[in-house]
Amino acid sequence: MKAKALSGAESVANAMRQIDPDVVPAYPITPQTDIMHAYAKFVADGVVSGELIRVESEHSAMSAAVGAGMAGARVMTATSANGLALMWEIVYIASSLRLPMCMAVVNRALSAPINIHCDHSDSMGCRDTGWMQMYAENNQESYENMIFGMKYAEKAKLPFMMCLDGFITSHGIEPVTLFEDEKVKAFLGEHKQDYPLLDVDNPTTVGPLDLFDYYFEHKRKQSEGMFLAKGIFLEVAKDFEATFGSKIDIFEKYHTDDADTVIVAMSSTCGTAKEVVDKLRVEGRKIGLLKLRLFRPFPSYELKEVLKGKKVIAVLDRCESFGAFGGPLFSEIRSALYEVSKPKICNYIYGLGGREIDMAMIESIFDEIEKYTTADIKDFVKYLGVRE
Amino acid sequence: MKEVTIIGRGGQGGKSAAAILAEAALENGHYIQSFSEYGAERQGAPVYAFCRIDEKPIRIHSSVTNPDVVAVIDPTLTAALPVTKGLSDEGILIVNTLETPQQIRDKLNFTKGKVFTVDATGISIDCFGRNIPNSPMLGAIEKAASLVTLEVLKNKISDKFLHKLGQEVVDKNVQAIERAFNEVKEG
Amino acid sequence: MKKPGWKELPDGGRIIKAGNADEYNTGDWRTFRPMWDQGKCTHCMICWITCPDSSIHAKDGKRLETDLDHCKGCGICAEICPTKCITMKKESDFI
Repeated sequence: MKAKALSGAESVANAMRQIDPDVVPAYPITPQTDIMHAYAKFVADGVVSGELIRVESEHSAMSAAVGAGMAGARVMTATSANGLALMWEIVYIASSLRLPMCMAVVNRALSAPINIHCDHSDSMGCRDTGWMQMYAENNQESYENMIFGMKYAEKAKLPFMMCLDGFITSHGIEPVTLFEDEKVKAFLGEHKQDYPLLDVDNPTTVGPLDLFDYYFEHKRKQSEGMFLAKGIFLEVAKDFEATFGSKIDIFEKYHTDDADTVIVAMSSTCGTAKEVVDKLRVEGRKIGLLKLRLFRPFPSYELKEVLKGKKVIAVLDRCESFGAFGGPLFSEIRSALYEVSKPKICNYIYGLGGREIDMAMIESIFDEIEKYTTADIKDFVKYLGVRE
Repeated sequence: MKEVTIIGRGGQGGKSAAAILAEAALENGHYIQSFSEYGAERQGAPVYAFCRIDEKPIRIHSSVTNPDVVAVIDPTLTAALPVTKGLSDEGILIVNTLETPQQIRDKLNFTKGKVFTVDATGISIDCFGRNIPNSPMLGAIEKAASLVTLEVLKNKISDKFLHKLGQEVVDKNVQAIERAFNEVKEG
Repeated sequence: MKKPGWKELPDGGRIIKAGNADEYNTGDWRTFRPMWDQGKCTHCMICWITCPDSSIHAKDGKRLETDLDHCKGCGICAEICPTKCITMKKESDFI
């Protein structure tokens, strides 16, 4: 199909149109709003058959999604920042109930002070909620990850967050090639929820009181579900590639194989970083970028394999983890590498509240970490692009 | 890669102009990207909108800091903002104004590149009866920078507006684009 | 009863067997026992509808004996009975 000029939000809405979920409960918040504008138009035009429920808060949006999902519906929603924070209680419940769902999270900074622009503090705050998470570099990936994510969620019986960068991706217009409607429909098939509540002939109980004698076992089981989701990711990715000819992977290796120093990053920053890698490769510098696409379940084994033998690694976090030793991505990658040769590794916290990250800034990281191949790392956690 | 910055005030259509330019370039077989700087989105506040056009996929996601083309939709902004900032020696500046290119050069102390002026506000008032200077600016940008073609630009406007706003609006827009294309002055 | 390990549990903390409260005998929580005087009973069914533990069974419009395996002895039936045909007796009297 011919590429269309679409914003990231429109790309996500088009994925929703093609998936045509049964129920979409949503509440507007910048910059998620453009997704729901576009989807609401599909509803008004009658091109989708699902029910759009305009609820009175994000807490209600997620509650309605859980209710509809447990009843047997295929459900989707979208949110950002403070909206996700308000959802949090039910976000945790959705995954604990093993409810498949696909939610677009348009990454935006959390208040206070209030800021509408991109960083990952919202979805990173959900990293322990039991949701699967992927981060998209651009509009095409946002679109594809949504379709992939819906099937992945249903196969893994876990909810899925598709994270895209607020404004940068959600409001930026890029060429996007949509798949054929019929192909998407065939790829997803019909959703069959386990023990749907509307199956009145086989009544079951959802969310009973669960005290010290069973709760731990239930959490252990849930944890296993997330563990198994790693294998399911690869299965669904294979199916996705066979259907659409497009590759979904845990990460994208960009000149990492022979690189001595590597930047690990996620989302739209990776596009800018690729340009820097190309520029510095021309100068003969052995540098590379590892773009992580799947953050939950965290691919520690795979990261360990790909980063083994590297001299210096810089992890970029678009999120602060107050009081921790570095950002969440840094902490987890550093931990994943503990059992191997232990490359030198440092952390750059950047881009909070939409602060610019450009080629010169990324180049300065490579300049710095290349020095660490021989010198000792002085500060393990640095703030990039903040005024002193 | 060509990078275009369109500077206007909220409500003047700078963002839409950048998007239409990108869509026209995509139609022409180029890779594109278009985005704008969002802040407090009040009508009248200065707004920067950007468009990137390239022969290969565009991966960069940072802001445009060294544009090849700068189009200023609102004449008052040349005094309020550093509109030529980052513009290269071969850069193209297009301003909606009644003044001549030389007058703009003198005002901005801008000696390099190319400067174009067009009365987009006047054309807009003639064509639409009100100040919607973004479509005539697209005509002027095309004449000054040849990023797409006049034909593709006009087709894109038709595609975009015909269904929603009807033939009359399309015709007026096409007329405004053509007039600006023909009337823009270089100096 | 040996409690199941985590692998044996259904996903999501679901209870997939309906009506399993029947297996949970709460009758031994009782300190007072409801005694039903069948002669005074008009079978108005107010106790049947009010019992919080569904321990009063009925068949063909007639109240049956209280299900003492599940009755916790809360005394609501005795309180609500219009003909006062239910009285609460100390459980210790039955030992």
